[in-house]
Amino acid sequence: MKENSKAAVRTAKIKFTDPEYYTNRELSWLLFDHRVLAEARDKNIPLFERLKFLSITASNLDEFFMVRVASLKDMVNAGYDKKDIAGMTPKEQLEALSKAIHELVDLQYSTYNRSLFPALAQNGVTVIKSHEQLTKEEGAFIDRYFEENVYPVLTPMAVDSSRPFPLIRNKTLNIGAMVRGKNGDEDLEFATVQVPGVLNRIVELPKRDNMRRIIFLEEIIERNIHKLFLNYDIVSAHPFRIMRNADLTIEEDEAADLLKEIEKQIKKRQWGEAIRLEVESGIDKRLLKFLKKELNIEEENIYTIDGPLDLTVLMKLYGLDGFEHLKEPKYIPQAVPQLPAGCNLFDAIRKGDILLHHPYQTFTPVVDFIRQAAVDPQVLAIKQTLYRVSGNSPIIAALAQAAENGKQVTVLVELKARFDEENNIVWARMLEKAGCHVIYGLVGLKTHSKITLVVRREEEGIRRYVHLGTGNYNDATAKLYTDMGLLTCSEPVGEDATAVFNMLSGYSEPLFWNKLALAPLWLKDKFLYLIKREQKYAQEGHSARIIAKMNSLCDRDIIAALYEASAAGVKIDLIVRGICCLKTGIPGVSENITVRSIVGNFLEHSRIFYFDNDEHPEIYCGSADWMPRNLERRVEILFPVEEPALKEELLHILNVQLADTVKASVLQPDGSYAKVSRRGRKAVNAQEQFAKEAKEAAKAALAETVATKRTFTPAEHQRD
Amino acid sequence: MSVKTFAAIDVGSYETSMKIYELSGKNTMREIDHVSRRLDLGTSTYATGKINPDKLDELCRTLREFSGMMKSYKVDGYKLYGTSAIRETNNTTIVLDQIAQRTGLDMVVLSNSEQRFLDYKSIASKGESFRRIIEEKTAIVDIGGGSIQLSLFDNDTLVSTQNLRLGVLRIQELISQMKVSAAKMEHTVDEMVSAQLAAYKKLYLKEREIQNIIIVDDYISPWAVKRIGKQSEILNASDFDELLNLLRSKSTMESAKALDVAEERVPLVYISAVLTRRIAELMGAVKIWAPGVTLCDGIAYEYGESIKMFREEHDFERDILACAMNISKRYMGSRKRAKTLEEIATTIYDSMKKVHGLGKRERLYLCLAAILHDCGKYISLMNIGETSYDIIMATEIIGLSHREREMVASIVRFNHSDFTYKERVSNRRETDQDTYLTVAKLTAILRLASSLDHSHKQKFKDLKAVLRDNELHLSAETTEDTTLELSYFATKAAFFQEVFSVTPVMKQRKQF
Repeated sequence: MKENSKAAVRTAKIKFTDPEYYTNRELSWLLFDHRVLAEARDKNIPLFERLKFLSITASNLDEFFMVRVASLKDMVNAGYDKKDIAGMTPKEQLEALSKAIHELVDLQYSTYNRSLFPALAQNGVTVIKSHEQLTKEEGAFIDRYFEENVYPVLTPMAVDSSRPFPLIRNKTLNIGAMVRGKNGDEDLEFATVQVPGVLNRIVELPKRDNMRRIIFLEEIIERNIHKLFLNYDIVSAHPFRIMRNADLTIEEDEAADLLKEIEKQIKKRQWGEAIRLEVESGIDKRLLKFLKKELNIEEENIYTIDGPLDLTVLMKLYGLDGFEHLKEPKYIPQAVPQLPAGCNLFDAIRKGDILLHHPYQTFTPVVDFIRQAAVDPQVLAIKQTLYRVSGNSPIIAALAQAAENGKQVTVLVELKARFDEENNIVWARMLEKAGCHVIYGLVGLKTHSKITLVVRREEEGIRRYVHLGTGNYNDATAKLYTDMGLLTCSEPVGEDATAVFNMLSGYSEPLFWNKLALAPLWLKDKFLYLIKREQKYAQEGHSARIIAKMNSLCDRDIIAALYEASAAGVKIDLIVRGICCLKTGIPGVSENITVRSIVGNFLEHSRIFYFDNDEHPEIYCGSADWMPRNLERRVEILFPVEEPALKEELLHILNVQLADTVKASVLQPDGSYAKVSRRGRKAVNAQEQFAKEAKEAAKAALAETVATKRTFTPAEHQRD
Repeated sequence: MSVKTFAAIDVGSYETSMKIYELSGKNTMREIDHVSRRLDLGTSTYATGKINPDKLDELCRTLREFSGMMKSYKVDGYKLYGTSAIRETNNTTIVLDQIAQRTGLDMVVLSNSEQRFLDYKSIASKGESFRRIIEEKTAIVDIGGGSIQLSLFDNDTLVSTQNLRLGVLRIQELISQMKVSAAKMEHTVDEMVSAQLAAYKKLYLKEREIQNIIIVDDYISPWAVKRIGKQSEILNASDFDELLNLLRSKSTMESAKALDVAEERVPLVYISAVLTRRIAELMGAVKIWAPGVTLCDGIAYEYGESIKMFREEHDFERDILACAMNISKRYMGSRKRAKTLEEIATTIYDSMKKVHGLGKRERLYLCLAAILHDCGKYISLMNIGETSYDIIMATEIIGLSHREREMVASIVRFNHSDFTYKERVSNRRETDQDTYLTVAKLTAILRLASSLDHSHKQKFKDLKAVLRDNELHLSAETTEDTTLELSYFATKAAFFQEVFSVTPVMKQRKQF
């Protein structure tokens, strides 16, 4: 008791929202990309997987530039200087980022050049660094390839007094050249050609000395560039790539007052301004100077690259066949024990709630949930929210079929899902044609929740079946992202699900919610309440504990509440894959908090929240991270998992992740991440363990079926 | 077990909502969906007498959506009711036709008394909780946008019901016109309502002590339900003070957050809370029950009754009769005489079933007419028919529609005055065939019954009625001289004969 009151006195003096206690989210994100890069550098990982990780760091960084750096640029241009959670102005953030990104890029290329490139060679793959290294025969091969395949799709452009600097498209790879007219003119001119995105960027040459030989498309073009500018002599030619501030929508992460600021100063914003220029090291100085001037780009935003520009190309390399031994064996998602192949899902769900753990367990039941509903004569209605779906999605097809079968189908399609807009519109129209009622998102809010409701008329009346998830209804990403799903026909949840869709259709909120908590109206308060409740127990001298797993943690109110709870004695373990603005180990503030991040073959994506509640644990899953955008500007759903066996399962998942010693990195008081010390502990790789457990469970279930039923189950044609 | 799916739609002045129910035996009503949309029809109707065309478009759009939802639930039936905002339009018929044309749905406009009766049924749909609470002296405070309805229970029967034009939206409108500051609001509302409430107390409440109040409204009920959950628990007056203190001390924005309601609703919650508190004080009630029911619940309950799925657990007819009795008492009617007349009339009615072909509801009209048959005496002994008609038309009888009330009033009127044949009426509002015939038939029966107690001395006992071919044989025991009665009987028999083609024959079973 004394201890507690002392703590209370100490707590009273601390201002938990002090910027000193927070990390800037952009810098924290870079640390995440570093953790992915660490996978590329890990020699214990198969080579081709390492290529993939390096490629991911590159595509991550591209997106980061387009979205986050662009936003910061906007702020600076608009003269907006409100400080962030860590007390940094946008300008300060950009400065810090520029330095940190340069370091990251350097590390990317040293990884490529010093580790992966030699390792590839050891394993029989030569990546030809420049066309000058080709043999004569290879040169001839390449030139023929150029003329047959490449030349027809190129659009060379030259710049002179009559032709202005052309539009260089965002994210494209280009070859810039300094050229001199053959008419005797002394002046150097600029010419450029885009490396066409429609062609494969890696071209394989005939084998030599039992080595597979790869050359990049830009090298082929560079070699033949003189064929494009016949009236000119090529003085020099080098690839370059730019990233533009082309994001026309204001990021939802930003404050509304920023939006106003930008509207006011709309002219100040330079649409399409270049924010990053990548050039090959050794580029002709005159060429660089020209680009710098024309693109009006500052020195700190120029990246001189020692290696191929745009490392996302390594994903193509990963796709080379014949290297299966250098890749992780492909994991096949396992059957869910309660859902044997060919079972009626509705019957199965009536027996009890079913928890799905993807990708360890197959996503097929979720697709089948819609498929079976589409043809079930008792089903009256299907309602679903869709955020990002795969191309050619079986879910879309099933929804369309349901509508054609006369079911009432309501689909909320989030058009604002980043970078997916066009794709979404196409299939949304298709659904409409099939007779679905399509809601094209909500004004001012992104609908990020993942919920499906099937209304079925049964003998005893209407029964509602609900799927709630932490991940998108995307059968492709469900093989890569770790997510939780719950299938239930609990009446309180069903009522809430109906209310959710009524709200999404523009009707009033229900009188109250039975089980679900929704953002943006109720969710944040719910989390704060749950955290405070633990704090209260701690203050009363009970044990108190929070385990929370999510993708990002950057909401100030939540972090402050966690600090306060930690200060009161609540033990808090966080599993945060990406951004984490919370700092650990601050005396009197966050000594009871640990943060770990798991980066593995699968992308950690599930959000699971455990609250001890004085030994009456409550576990929730949901679509929301602890970020302001999730809690305040999106429609999100948090749902409790209440059946004791399923709660056990979730707690097991959290505990295994907390025990991971292979893929987990722990946030240090100095803000860096370090791999867990393995001393005296056996190796635990959470993702591998889950995969193993899923396999065993599926096998046991199958064995049990055969043993108890004494019948065989004929395999059905898998439409997957 | 068969399950019926039913949709109840309420087009209110502030909101349009639909609830979907599943009805099964044992009076079980399960709400499976509830959608509502803020749609202010009231403001334009009350101000101009017409619905703003944009609002009508929005209403039709919403109703079409509702219709789609009904289809998806494959409902077995629906009822679409309009309340005051539709009722008070000058062109109601045109509006209804528009709605039917554009949505395919038929809307029925509820009179205030029907609407309140359904609200009342909605509370009754709560079953046991309702029965338990009305064992004590209880008042239902039904707070609407335009007016509030105060109904009193005694011994689990409704005894009086009164409408006061103190609706929440109306008060808010007045307050905003007066530009009252937030601080003064409560006081102003208090002053506004106290005169009417005082009059109510003097005339209707008298010395009656009320223990419980049941609140039906759209403003504080959500708060109450959120607070106490679905188990319809009962609030104390002190819980209410807590709510009022919160509303007094916090800004609209803070209150909205604390109560978890939209900001625009906060002033309405405030007014509703002040009203409830004042009424509770006036009545001396200590317990307040806000079951959170809405008109839709009553509509569904009524549907359950109409398809004979629900047995009436509470005798609503008795409530209507009790109300009529109270009206009669107010105008110094004789309870005994009313009882005798009712008995004679219903005996005749029941024996004539094959001939008149009317049902239970019409029998109720007859009883009501018998109870109220001479209330006009209170005003004048000369024109009892006319004055009774006027009194009935000016008094609300809960549970009766305007049309029904007019039927009862007409029957009473024609019991005294000459019957007005439809064909003779040119400038009166067109009444439909059924209504007209029902009034004629019931008038004929009531007249005959009145004649048998013309001296008001209850001379005939144990009346029996048997229909034989074209004659209605009536026999009763009496020891008294019945010359007067029998001569009147003969006169009234003519109209009876005209209406039914049945000749009534009176026989006395003399007792010596």
